[in-house]
Amino acid sequence: MSDKGKLALYWAASCGGCEIAVLAINEKILDVANAFDIVFWPCVMDGKVRDIEKMPDKGLDLCLFNGGIRNSEQEYMARLLRKKAKVLVAFGSCAHEGCIPGLANMNSRDEIFQFVYKDCPSADNPKGVLPEVETKVSEGTLHLPFFYDTLKTLGQTVDVDYYLPGCPPEPERIWDAITAILTGKLPPPGSVIGAETTVCDECPRKREEKKIKEFKRTWQVIPDTEKCLLEQGIVCCGIATRAGCGALCPQVGSPCIGCYGPNAGVEDFGARMMTAIASVIDSNDPEEIDRIIQEGIPDPVGTFYRFSLAHSSLRRSNRAGNGKPAAKEEAEVSGR
Amino acid sequence: MSDGTFEPKIVGFLCNWCSYRAADLAGSSRVKYPPNVRIIRVMCSGRVDPTFALKAFELGADGVLLAGCHPGECHYLEQNYKAMRRFSMLKHTLRAMKLEEERFQLLWASAAEGNRFAEHVAKMTDEIRKLGPLNWPRNWIEKGVGDKEIEKFLKEHEEAMEVPAR
Repeated sequence: MSDKGKLALYWAASCGGCEIAVLAINEKILDVANAFDIVFWPCVMDGKVRDIEKMPDKGLDLCLFNGGIRNSEQEYMARLLRKKAKVLVAFGSCAHEGCIPGLANMNSRDEIFQFVYKDCPSADNPKGVLPEVETKVSEGTLHLPFFYDTLKTLGQTVDVDYYLPGCPPEPERIWDAITAILTGKLPPPGSVIGAETTVCDECPRKREEKKIKEFKRTWQVIPDTEKCLLEQGIVCCGIATRAGCGALCPQVGSPCIGCYGPNAGVEDFGARMMTAIASVIDSNDPEEIDRIIQEGIPDPVGTFYRFSLAHSSLRRSNRAGNGKPAAKEEAEVSGR
Repeated sequence: MSDGTFEPKIVGFLCNWCSYRAADLAGSSRVKYPPNVRIIRVMCSGRVDPTFALKAFELGADGVLLAGCHPGECHYLEQNYKAMRRFSMLKHTLRAMKLEEERFQLLWASAAEGNRFAEHVAKMTDEIRKLGPLNWPRNWIEKGVGDKEIEKFLKEHEEAMEVPAR
């Protein structure tokens, strides 16, 4: 056995982009391999959960965990890796704040199953089979993980040492984080490793006065190349989003959508966006304000919480029948 | 609460210069209104960040009331217009999150309008009482899954992966 540190990487409810982002540090991946033995990385190499289970607790030096917690298996892996890792990093937007998979929190499990397995135009499921936790076959009982109603972030599931934001994190920031971990120059546990300023600070566009009479969607206009996108009526999330990407999107005329998550000190990303954007609407007439908002922002949750719904104050949409008296709800649960 | 009827908890953000004084006037002139609103005084309705309302719902409030000076009469000139826009924006989002209309309301009340304030609180309390409790944190509870399911996985992994050591 070498005396190198042990590194594990895992994915839960994510797209795989974070795994590619790790490789996007290019030849520096060799430096990572010099510093660590990669003992577990299901996306890239063979490895067994059993091996991790048999490790002593805190036997892993570092675990980079990407993806949110969508089902019971992912929760099991999150708990296992928490137990085995000295340092657990929520890697990327999904683990940090739920990201796109977290937008499914606008629906319930039943609604998701109904669409995915039945109503979706490409679904071919004449028998209407839905995933079951247990299926009895002649050879015995088969098991599938339990699919949660609400996607959780990694931080809502287990204690997380550090958060690395981004969808996916930029290679330079990944390298910064790995360097920080290797050299021990780390912020206090529980903090986000990243800049403490906003995308606007990195954005070269010219800012003057913000007064918005009409919100425009990206397909409706060809934006001016110099002027701040928000001043042109395009909802740009740069004002609330943590810097770190180099303002890649606004530089090429596409508004920031907030993938780097809330800036330091921002509790609820969407609330910060709403407060900022609403205050620059150029009208004092309640009806006109309503019209500007409703016509210009047809999907407020997808606009303000695209990456952070699971991590926001409310975490999900209100479930039907939530306000019913407790006794009635108990009956529903037992009937399931 | 003792007789089992539901009493809504409403968090009210009232501006120092008008609506808080309206509530004060309602009190000093002994206007009767339901005690369901918990008042938080802020310097201006424009100070109320949507985070405040979201936090109240997150912590289990059944309703949130935002109150300020009448448009055009703000102590800080036009900050209540910002409150108006923010209210409209947050309302738009909360509607998408399937929150009932009555649970988040905006009221303009001047320092002389104790009655108006009291009437609005009475009306709002009544509306929310009809809706029933909100209990937003209950939205996060997984129905029909607990630590048991997770523990089951632990055992399954152990059973499935046990191979004789060579």
